[in-house]
Amino acid sequence: MSHALDHDRARPDAAVLATTGLAVGYRRRRATTRVLGSGPLALAPGQVAVLLGPNGAGKSTLLRTLAGSQVPLDGQVVLGGDPLDHLSLHEIAIRRSVVLTDYPDVGMLRARDLVGLGRYPHTGWGGRLTDHDHGVVEESLAAAGAEHLADRSVDRLSDGERQRVMIARALAQEPRLLLLDEPTAFLDIGARFELMGLLRQLADDGLAVVLATHELELALAHADLVWLIDGRRQLIATTPVAAVTGGHIADVFGPKAAELAHRSLAHR
Amino acid sequence: MTATGAAQHRVAALTAMGASLIVTFGLALTLGSVLIPLDQVATVLVGGEADRDAWETIVLDIRLPRAITAALAGAALGVAGLQMQTLFRNPLADPFTLGITSGASLGVALLTLAGAGAAGAFASGLGLGAAVGVTAAAGLGAAAVVSLVLVLAGRVRNTVTVLVVGLMVGFTTGSIVSLLIWFADPERISAFVRWGFGTFRTTTWDELRIFTPVVVVALVATALSAKVLNALLLGERYAETMGVRIRRARVGVVITASALAGTVTAFAGPIGFLGIAVPHLARALLDTNDHRVLVPASVLLGASVALLAEIVAQVPGNDVTLPINAITALIGAPVVVVVLLRASPRSFA
Repeated sequence: MSHALDHDRARPDAAVLATTGLAVGYRRRRATTRVLGSGPLALAPGQVAVLLGPNGAGKSTLLRTLAGSQVPLDGQVVLGGDPLDHLSLHEIAIRRSVVLTDYPDVGMLRARDLVGLGRYPHTGWGGRLTDHDHGVVEESLAAAGAEHLADRSVDRLSDGERQRVMIARALAQEPRLLLLDEPTAFLDIGARFELMGLLRQLADDGLAVVLATHELELALAHADLVWLIDGRRQLIATTPVAAVTGGHIADVFGPKAAELAHRSLAHR
Repeated sequence: MTATGAAQHRVAALTAMGASLIVTFGLALTLGSVLIPLDQVATVLVGGEADRDAWETIVLDIRLPRAITAALAGAALGVAGLQMQTLFRNPLADPFTLGITSGASLGVALLTLAGAGAAGAFASGLGLGAAVGVTAAAGLGAAAVVSLVLVLAGRVRNTVTVLVVGLMVGFTTGSIVSLLIWFADPERISAFVRWGFGTFRTTTWDELRIFTPVVVVALVATALSAKVLNALLLGERYAETMGVRIRRARVGVVITASALAGTVTAFAGPIGFLGIAVPHLARALLDTNDHRVLVPASVLLGASVALLAEIVAQVPGNDVTLPINAITALIGAPVVVVVLLRASPRSFA
């Protein structure tokens, strides 16, 4: 969105998202469960990073930590130049938005109204949308390819249509960073291709995108960066080509997956 | 439906609900054991003299406080139910999910079943002192339970935990009440059971001076929090990513909903059904989950339905009166089922 682009011109050197010495996990009273460690990560506007790893490797935990929903055990997450722990919930909400795996059952709500909820951090106490807010909602619907769904009730949309609406809602927050947790999980193959294409397009328009996914081929074909969780609970930050040729994919997912990954690089 | 079509539909539906409130309120003043003509009611209300002296007393001292109590109680329970259903994202939640009724009933049970002097007065007929005692006991009992739930709501990460604890508190107080009943003498039991039927008829003007401001303030607070309630529609995890301070929001919702439901229970006893049914009716009639519309709709619908139930419970033209709690569900439940079945298949939350 134009807002994001203006921001970047003002601070060309600022990565949207950066981390240092990150360790993520859970702290409960005395017991601390370390889920994952990582070297420095950096994501610039226009880049798509895919977070790959086996089930239970800690993809969602890392995403929650990057989103500010969870405090890291160690290290720091820097969002738009400021450490997360220096930012209020509101300041975080206008810098990044999130699409979760589970679709919340919101009941009867037109898609346009659901996308309007994304204006939450930008509206006053009454939540009334101004002309500007309505404009952003329409832009977001269009950017997510969901303008034709605007007047439909969200409880009557297909899974793919609903995911577009949820992405439009996230865009209505006018974030510079979009975090998605397995956005293709419930989609058919056609919708998966469309969704990955959509995320690539959004990044090309200036957004930074991080998505956790199991879609190895699609991810490698569309991503700029690969964040791969290996068997030793360590995050490897690399590129699609290096992830495949360096043998990382084979190490984590096995030789069959690596073969598949090789072929998908050809689609880049 | 197009955008403007939906907006027109909402305005029309809200107007109809407002009209139904005016009509039911008027009927509640007109109908009763004696029928007082509408023009006579109007004369009394503007301070004029009715054709018969008794009518003035009936309208001003009996029917008007009763109608105001019913309207406020219906509005309060409707809105509190809406808040609970949204907070817990559960269509079966109602204002008493947090154990408010259980707490109130424990307070009243302790007073009427185990209490000494006050209970005697209560059993010997509903004297004023006893009624005030019951109101206070119910209010204190409800407040005790809510405080417990509030402490929890500010601490735990998951709202479902709050729900489960509310239910457990309900079971615990329920069993204490059972024990009290088991050992109490029958006369006292009947006084306690009578409280359980609920009534809009015992609230006095003096009590309305407390009841009205509490309910109005809590209703306004809820209306002002429509933005947060809307964000909560997406679930707490999404709401938090949009900047909602979840624990603060949760505590705010619990406080306002408890103030509404607790005050009603203290003054009118446990009034069931309205809290769960009114929000469903409002959603079905307005075809939306937007709280900026649902809160006022629940106020208007809740008040109308409560007044209608009270009119039926009066059995107009007859000395017989029926317990309000039996009427609300008896006429309301089938209506809700029909409305829900006719609405969209997934309108239940």
